[in-house]
Amino acid sequence: MRVAIIQFPGSNCDWDAWHAINDVIGLPAERVWHKSALPAETEAVIVPGGFSFGDYLRCGAIARFSPIMEDLKSFSEKGGPVFGICNGFQILCEAGLLPGALVRNNCIEFRCLNQCLVPEDSTENFNKVNLGEKIYLPIAHGEGNYRLDAGDLSELEANGQVLLRYAGDPADGPGHGNPNGSVNDIAGVRNATGNVFGMMPHPERVVEPFHPGLDGIGVLRAFLAPLLEETPVAMESA
Amino acid sequence: MGQGRSLGLPVKVTVFVSPKSTVLDPQGAAVEHAMKSLGHASARGVRVGKTITFEIDGEDGPDTRKKLDELCDGLLSNPIIEDFRYEID
Repeated sequence: MRVAIIQFPGSNCDWDAWHAINDVIGLPAERVWHKSALPAETEAVIVPGGFSFGDYLRCGAIARFSPIMEDLKSFSEKGGPVFGICNGFQILCEAGLLPGALVRNNCIEFRCLNQCLVPEDSTENFNKVNLGEKIYLPIAHGEGNYRLDAGDLSELEANGQVLLRYAGDPADGPGHGNPNGSVNDIAGVRNATGNVFGMMPHPERVVEPFHPGLDGIGVLRAFLAPLLEETPVAMESA
Repeated sequence: MGQGRSLGLPVKVTVFVSPKSTVLDPQGAAVEHAMKSLGHASARGVRVGKTITFEIDGEDGPDTRKKLDELCDGLLSNPIIEDFRYEID
């Protein structure tokens, strides 16, 4: 096992993430129950989407206090890569591992569509060269309205911590522009160090030919790049 | 011991959580829209929050309030987007 996928009560994208990482990207992944310790061999962590603890109180508010979160915090402090998708993004914000908070979509509706996004040149691996000028990833959320006060927002922008922005044409239908009212059209961010990622869109849902697209592969590879670099070498020498 | 509450007896706490005034409140905006469409044209500034009630052992004093502040600031509300206040009975 190299990639741990944390499973909370109410997680429902854990198997999708497992399939994408294990079968498509080709890194051995395992689901890890939120009350377990993070396995010592963990090299990267996915906090998957879903409705942890029924989204009661606030999305991610209860999951943030799960026993595994202490391990996750020290893992990320040591530079370990952590990626929160949708509810996972909400959990990482609640836990303070990512800046900001996610509130109810400004349209009040649950938004579910294949969303056009523009990747930002945010890290060595997460950028337009690796991902493309424009990508499509599915979104499916009711609370994806990213909020951050003005001072912290300028800092976030100045540091290049925005990963993705909503960039659809509003003329294509409801939600195709900015689907939820997020400040600066922000769909995903990273921490200042660059090892913790979070986004509302679901890259794990666009990795198979029968999916609406394959753009999720590039996103997951950009996140997992530190693990992937050595994989081909290991395979050749084996 | 005849006056006030002794330690170990529960106090009743009511926590009020509301969206920060600087944060957009889509629920409040939707409810305000409904109020206006029902003819209450002057209704404005609608904010939708939540009330959380519970009992906790202790008495109304600095120790209990410190505990409640921690509880409100970590679990019951998110300081980035919400304000809280509480009443102790």
